[in-house]
Amino acid sequence: MSDVTREPAGTGRELRLVGFLCNWCSYGGADTAGVGRFIQPTDLRIVRLPCSGRVNPLFIAKTLLYGADGVLVSGCHPRDCHYAEGNFYARRRLEVFRHLLPTLGIDPRRFEYTWVSASEGQRWQQVVSKFTEQIHSLGPAPRLPGAPELEWMQSGVNPA
Amino acid sequence: MRIGVFICHCGSNIAATVDVKKVAEAAWGMNDVVYSTDSMYTCSEPGQQAIEEAIREHKLHGVVVASCSPRMHEPTFRRTVERAGLNRYMFEMANIREHVSWIGRDKALNTLKATELVRMAVEKLRLNRVLTPKKIPATRKVLVIGGGVAGIQASLDCADAGLEVVLVEREPSIGGKMSKLDKTFPTVDCSSCILGPRMVDVAQHERITLYAYSEIDSVSGYVGNFEVNIRKKASYVDWEKCTGCGACTEKCPSRKTFDRFNEGLGATTAINIPFPQAIPKKATITAGACRQFQGKKCGVCAKFCPTGAINHEQKDEIVTVKVGAIVAATGYDLTDWTVYGEYGAGRYPDVITSLQYERMLSASGPYGGHIKRPSNGEEPKSIVFIQCVGSRDPSIGRPYCSGFCCMYTAKQAIMTKDHIPDSRSYVFYMDIRSPGKGYDEFTRRAQEEYGAQYVRGRVSQVYPRGDKMVVRGADTLLGLPVEVEADLVVLAVGGEASRDAPKLAEKLRISYDGFGFFMEGHPKLKPVETNTAGVFLAGSCQGLKDIPSSVSQGSAAAAKVMALLSRDMLESDPQTALVDIKRCIGCSKCVKVCPFGAIREQDLRGQIKAEVLEAVCQGCGLCNATCPQGAIQLSHATDNQILAEVEALLCQM
Repeated sequence: MSDVTREPAGTGRELRLVGFLCNWCSYGGADTAGVGRFIQPTDLRIVRLPCSGRVNPLFIAKTLLYGADGVLVSGCHPRDCHYAEGNFYARRRLEVFRHLLPTLGIDPRRFEYTWVSASEGQRWQQVVSKFTEQIHSLGPAPRLPGAPELEWMQSGVNPA
Repeated sequence: MRIGVFICHCGSNIAATVDVKKVAEAAWGMNDVVYSTDSMYTCSEPGQQAIEEAIREHKLHGVVVASCSPRMHEPTFRRTVERAGLNRYMFEMANIREHVSWIGRDKALNTLKATELVRMAVEKLRLNRVLTPKKIPATRKVLVIGGGVAGIQASLDCADAGLEVVLVEREPSIGGKMSKLDKTFPTVDCSSCILGPRMVDVAQHERITLYAYSEIDSVSGYVGNFEVNIRKKASYVDWEKCTGCGACTEKCPSRKTFDRFNEGLGATTAINIPFPQAIPKKATITAGACRQFQGKKCGVCAKFCPTGAINHEQKDEIVTVKVGAIVAATGYDLTDWTVYGEYGAGRYPDVITSLQYERMLSASGPYGGHIKRPSNGEEPKSIVFIQCVGSRDPSIGRPYCSGFCCMYTAKQAIMTKDHIPDSRSYVFYMDIRSPGKGYDEFTRRAQEEYGAQYVRGRVSQVYPRGDKMVVRGADTLLGLPVEVEADLVVLAVGGEASRDAPKLAEKLRISYDGFGFFMEGHPKLKPVETNTAGVFLAGSCQGLKDIPSSVSQGSAAAAKVMALLSRDMLESDPQTALVDIKRCIGCSKCVKVCPFGAIREQDLRGQIKAEVLEAVCQGCGLCNATCPQGAIQLSHATDNQILAEVEALLCQM
């Protein structure tokens, strides 16, 4: 039943995906997906922000350094920003930031940004499913040997 | 800090796929949580009372509710905690319905996710601060965009309530689609007889300023204080002087201009007044058709105009207005039916659209109210109506039902019989959709009293044979192919969002859906609001609807505007940026990045510092993400609060 939520055989554990979503479009789009019962993988945890332009790239860096396996930022489609131009700033910053990730020792495929409007519930389902799949294919983020196990690592539910 | 957590079952909406009790138990172990419980419907009266009681009993400083989306009930619960004496911003919500229970099937994983979302909310709440709204003055004036029946209704209602109204219409006359109709269903009322007086009311109302032949150039500002630039397009006629006498249109030699008002059914002159009841009744020159503009020697209109109103040198003019609220009522356009090759795609003169047929029926139309075949001017005896042209057709990207075509076709079938008693009407339909007061009875009347023959099935081809049109289709009830020889074919063309709707949405900073229809705040509970404060919707720009619904929505939007502007002062949202003077280095990057001009430089004892104008700040946080010092922080979404949510998720040792 929960085949969409399952990661590739063997690990049986959810990965740590964090989403930074603008309130007006993408968070609404995720709501629309919920209202439409568009089933998605459950790995993603969403942080609601007023605007994708509110995202400081350091949030993403910190999130990844804290041990997240993937970060997704989503805002309004360019030209359709609730604050007129916030997502233009976001687009520029995030594009530059993506190129910086290898310098930090992070696989740039662990970070994506996208645009989803409040009406695009189905598109949100596709974005989440595709991104989750992409992160699962990369596997958990690499950890230093001997690093302490965090609580969520022990409690990771194994639905299998 | 003492935090209370409430986990909602939402009946079975959440509880079916989330172990709600387990989430509530887990919350007991979270930082600062001194009370945690679950409830059946937290938003219900007993649910809200339970929160109020818990706040008093457990001396809570802040509350977390885990339930539906905060876009749904955050305002509700903010009022709840406020009633119990807390600041309304000492409240956080975890979205465990739209983002958890409705999208994940695995109960164990859902329960884990819900617990983590609650922990994120708790950690954010621990850093919340008391915020107090400020009062801002509001301009008691409203802008209505679009002068169709919905915009007219909204304008009149607002103006009658004492508000100043600015009505902007991009065509030379208000009236919209309704002014093109001959009759209206289900009463067969004369359309211009019921709309005409309302249009005159608009023109004569002392509180309505009408800008016809104008468009919205740009919109800035925010609720209560919008600043709008209106582009008055050059009509090449000084409307101050034009009396609408029509002398120019009689003399104009360019007589083959496409007649937009009559849907191209006849031709008009380059200088024209769209229709006799036009408001304002002023002449406009279509530059593309005017001989003068093509470098030929003309100027006949200028010679015959008794008031000297013609001005071929006229330029577009920008007018700036300040308003407190905006109603978008931009209506719809007909779907492009020429994509249907099987119906002739505009090749045959005797295959026309339903709106062209309305112009044909109209006594003020190009045919003087007589039904004639455009090809030879003869009276048609056999008329075929084809339904769902450009509606309910995913193959052309229009999967939705336009909603009004079944009804207007029934009306047109009735009118046809009235005009030509010995005619026969055939209606090819998919389903008859006639929900509404007196609607189904009306479609039955068309069949039973007026003898319109309804054939359930699609038409596969329309082609000429001799001087007739052959309509081939299927009768799916009989399971037989059908062929009808018709003199006239009328396509019941559906509607789509006005072609420039997305552009306007971007100017108004409202959302639109994949078809270009503007998005309402909530599909059921906020049908005329948008997610942008102070911007409302009326009529078909929100989704196709018939005249009664458009009028209702026009009135509804007006009611919302009146409620908003009933006060002289509005409460500003206190979730604004705040500058830490000690950390600010006066680089002014925030000043440059702010889309609203809400930040300015101030001189503080010889040092440049940023200063936020709270009433202007819209709380996007662009400055916050830009500030190299982290000196400017968006209240209620500070860097620390956002990172606290991330840490709650990843750093629980």
